[in-house]
Amino acid sequence: MKHLSKVALLVAGVALAACSQPHLDGSGTGTGSGLGEAGSASDPTSVAYFNETIGDRVLFEVDQSTLSEQGRLVVLAQANWLLANSDFTAVIEGHADEQGTREYNLALGARRAAAVQELLVSQGVASNRLKTVSYGKERPLEVCSQEACYAQNRRSVTVLTAGLSS
Amino acid sequence: MKKLAASLLIGLCAFGAMAQLAKAQSGPLRIEITDGVIEPLPYAVPDLVAETPGSNQIAKDMARVIAADLNGTGLFREIPAKAHISTITHFGSPVQFADWKAINAQALITGGVSVSGNELEVKFRVFDVFAGQELGNGLRFKGTTDGWRRMAHKVADAVYSRITGEGGYFDSRVVFVSETGPKNDRKKRLAIMDYDGANLQYLTDSSSIVLAPRFSPTGDRVLYTSYETGFPQVYVLNVGSAQRRVLSNQSGTMSFAPRFSPDGKSVVMSVTEGGNTDLYKMAIGGGKRVRLTSTPSIETAPSFSPDGSQIVFESDRSGSPQLYIMSANGGEAKRISFGQGRYGTPVWSPRGDLIAFTKQNKGRFHIGVMRTDGSDERLLTASFLDEGPTWAPNGRVIMFTRETRGSDGVSALYSVDVSGRNLKRVEVTGGGSDPAWSPLQ
Repeated sequence: MKHLSKVALLVAGVALAACSQPHLDGSGTGTGSGLGEAGSASDPTSVAYFNETIGDRVLFEVDQSTLSEQGRLVVLAQANWLLANSDFTAVIEGHADEQGTREYNLALGARRAAAVQELLVSQGVASNRLKTVSYGKERPLEVCSQEACYAQNRRSVTVLTAGLSS
Repeated sequence: MKKLAASLLIGLCAFGAMAQLAKAQSGPLRIEITDGVIEPLPYAVPDLVAETPGSNQIAKDMARVIAADLNGTGLFREIPAKAHISTITHFGSPVQFADWKAINAQALITGGVSVSGNELEVKFRVFDVFAGQELGNGLRFKGTTDGWRRMAHKVADAVYSRITGEGGYFDSRVVFVSETGPKNDRKKRLAIMDYDGANLQYLTDSSSIVLAPRFSPTGDRVLYTSYETGFPQVYVLNVGSAQRRVLSNQSGTMSFAPRFSPDGKSVVMSVTEGGNTDLYKMAIGGGKRVRLTSTPSIETAPSFSPDGSQIVFESDRSGSPQLYIMSANGGEAKRISFGQGRYGTPVWSPRGDLIAFTKQNKGRFHIGVMRTDGSDERLLTASFLDEGPTWAPNGRVIMFTRETRGSDGVSALYSVDVSGRNLKRVEVTGGGSDPAWSPLQ
């Protein structure tokens, strides 16, 4: 019977699809499913004021969970707001960009959320008013596969809920 | 939901008339699976012989599934029916080897099918055409008509096994995450299907994010991560009943990346507390979690060795994600990945000799394998984003997630031979990610 010939071939990588343009509509609202934009942004006790004027989110460098100086200032302002508005609780979401495995990004997002939580608690916000959750790379805000989008996705979002502490 | 357990009893027996011991792979017809690319072996599988009225369609369909299984390995090439000179009209009739030699069919598979009510019986033989003799003994499987695909897979597994000397993998299933919707509003639900994409069924709805399902060693249960409570926690789901329960739900923590021990009694997983992720083990029935790692770094993606004595996992304790092996009881871990880039999601092969992993290097992702001591690293794929390998039950094929880039990026399931050959997309309706291959059923 015939010998089976053995031919060495290289497996060619699959060609990449062309890179698409980023959607830079700037309209991200996090993934929070809280009460939405309750109240007017001109009311300093409103969720809208917190989200827009104080800033509900902090961005992180690649692979990092350390707060930047700018991020630190945002979280300090969040702490002051939470201290002044003690009816609110918050879930701090940690997110990662798509450059990483699902598991690692879940853990990385948790680090980011914890960094924000720790600073809030260090400023006197009661820890029982705060929870953290990581979404890893499951909830991207921006969908292009470029640094402009990745930078927006490496974030924490402090999502407020009015009412009872847990 | 529909009962998933295959209502299928498979009877497996050698024919009485051929009850002598099988020759142990002594025939000349043999594919040696090597790391190189081989010329696929030409074979013929005519429609199986319908031996009872009303079994014609199943007889044809089973031959097509057998052929799809064999062709899909990249190791076999079917000679189409239109080229056949002989037809097989009786399962027991002598084979006209000259007619099959003339079309260069090196192997010939013949079979017979009979249907009685919802009972289905299939028998088959494999012939080494050029040697002019049967390869091994004929076999007979009994089951039900709605399980006809499984029975065809069993035939194909037996043929594959006889010709390659390797265990088969066709009679297996894959649990995965079915994905729909745009990238920034992705809906995910657990789904299960045959390894070839047939018989797709959903195990959860898409109301919460679900991630990374993993089979129990017997394939009857699935561990996975769900955001059902708003926080990621590990659940265990019974595949037959779709009943699920949370395995680990401690307030203020999240748990993910679960995997069964080879004896099915315990689960290893990542638990995050205070932003720090470590590995824990717990009994599948619940109870106390035992901490296996205790470092400020990220420890995740654990996978047991087949003998249950060791765990390979991913950690960034060195500053970037790398692969480590430690005892299944924790303790000192030994780093095994030393190449360029970042390594993640290690999975121990069913044979115990290799670790499959995800590698990220210079903006590209790869699925690769290395020996358990970290030597002989080989990258099998390269793309914008490949991740999450899972082994076929025979350790010859790896399935994984490939995601395309950009705003319209989608996830799909791909498979590749451990040699790096035969990269292909698994046919699934819609998007899919996080596949986990079942044991052979």
